[in-house]
Amino acid sequence: MISGMSEHDHHSDHDHSELSETELRVRALETVLAEKGYLDPAALDAIIQAFETKIGPHNGAQVVAKAWADPAFKVALLADATKAVSTLGYVSRVGDHLVAVENTPNRHNMVVCTLCSCYPWEMLGLPPVWYKAAPYRSRAVKDPRGVLADFGVTLPKETEIRVWDSTAETRFLVLPMRPLGTEGYSEQQLTELVTRDSMIGTGFPKAPRAPS
Amino acid sequence: MNGVHDMGGMDGFGKVEPEPNEPTFHSEWEARVLAMVRAMGAAGAFNIDTSRFYREALPPDVYLTSSYYMKWLLGLEDLLIDKGYIAPSELAAGHASEPAKPLARGKFSLDDVERTMVRGQFGRAAPALAKFKPGDRVRAKNIHPATHTRLPRYARGHVGVVERDHGCQVFPDTAATDSGENPQWLYTVVFDATELWGADADPALKISIDAFEPYLEAA
Repeated sequence: MISGMSEHDHHSDHDHSELSETELRVRALETVLAEKGYLDPAALDAIIQAFETKIGPHNGAQVVAKAWADPAFKVALLADATKAVSTLGYVSRVGDHLVAVENTPNRHNMVVCTLCSCYPWEMLGLPPVWYKAAPYRSRAVKDPRGVLADFGVTLPKETEIRVWDSTAETRFLVLPMRPLGTEGYSEQQLTELVTRDSMIGTGFPKAPRAPS
Repeated sequence: MNGVHDMGGMDGFGKVEPEPNEPTFHSEWEARVLAMVRAMGAAGAFNIDTSRFYREALPPDVYLTSSYYMKWLLGLEDLLIDKGYIAPSELAAGHASEPAKPLARGKFSLDDVERTMVRGQFGRAAPALAKFKPGDRVRAKNIHPATHTRLPRYARGHVGVVERDHGCQVFPDTAATDSGENPQWLYTVVFDATELWGADADPALKISIDAFEPYLEAA
């Protein structure tokens, strides 16, 4: 329809002039699916709203902060992350096959999906564009130190790097090291130091603010 | 399939470019596409492995030059047409004109949203004893299935060590082609970087994959 229009028609078509070809294509598909009775567009709105509001790295940050503050929870999290997270009523429910992997002074963990975009979205929300794009997917398993340099992160040469390629339905959450200087911090204060990238393994938690 | 989606170890794609304060979606249409994929999957039109297979099966030039959600859109259109849920003429017209095909779990409505916000369960009862256990040395088989597989090319032919046993799970290679769940044991297998990338690789680097038992042989 659009491609068949002349240049003149296209410019005079005010109804469609604000919509790109892609937007029209997506709208056409949704209209067909709704008219055929396959889905309710209001249910799509609700899915989108959940991804924009309920699902995000704040979930993972609460889990990490709890593990930093509560040694028994940390043991439970590393033993069975799905089970441990499900005991926390305030974090969204998670599906099966969640695995938490712990960073230590000797070992740094990093998560990738070389084949598509598998990501622990119940903990971290939808993945950022870079996680799904070719540069990260191609290099993370071969040159993770180079990838980390793109993030401004440098590790000692002798630190073991372990890259987890998410090739099945297991989802990996990195448990970063608790920042120094956070003794006495509440779980809430700790939560604010946890970044999304620190839970993927491409960054560190924020440093605590110097006392004023 | 040996497609361009299997990117591990490829060179030439450039630097990773993080976007500060990245929004959840960059356009409204991306959100609609994500929601349609989740809704139609939850309604039973396809499983997750089939949807991945359709994205992988996009022509290589299209795969490499399309944005993430454009790949989702193209894969979804192809899949729904192939499975008989929609007709190309309907997409072109932007309106339904053919009879609907019944969905395994019925129309996706508001009541179904909450369950789609939790990932599916892939664990299944074991049809046989596990062949491997943590600590075993295994070789990823040199296999090249022409359809969907989750054994990345960079691991094939290489020897690693079983580190974790994840139980029996749905086998993507058969699920993707509607050939059954065919549950298989799943293991985390860890490789030294020098085994995968040669003697010049970082000696302090290890890479793991999650590998289904049919991908592995004793080494």
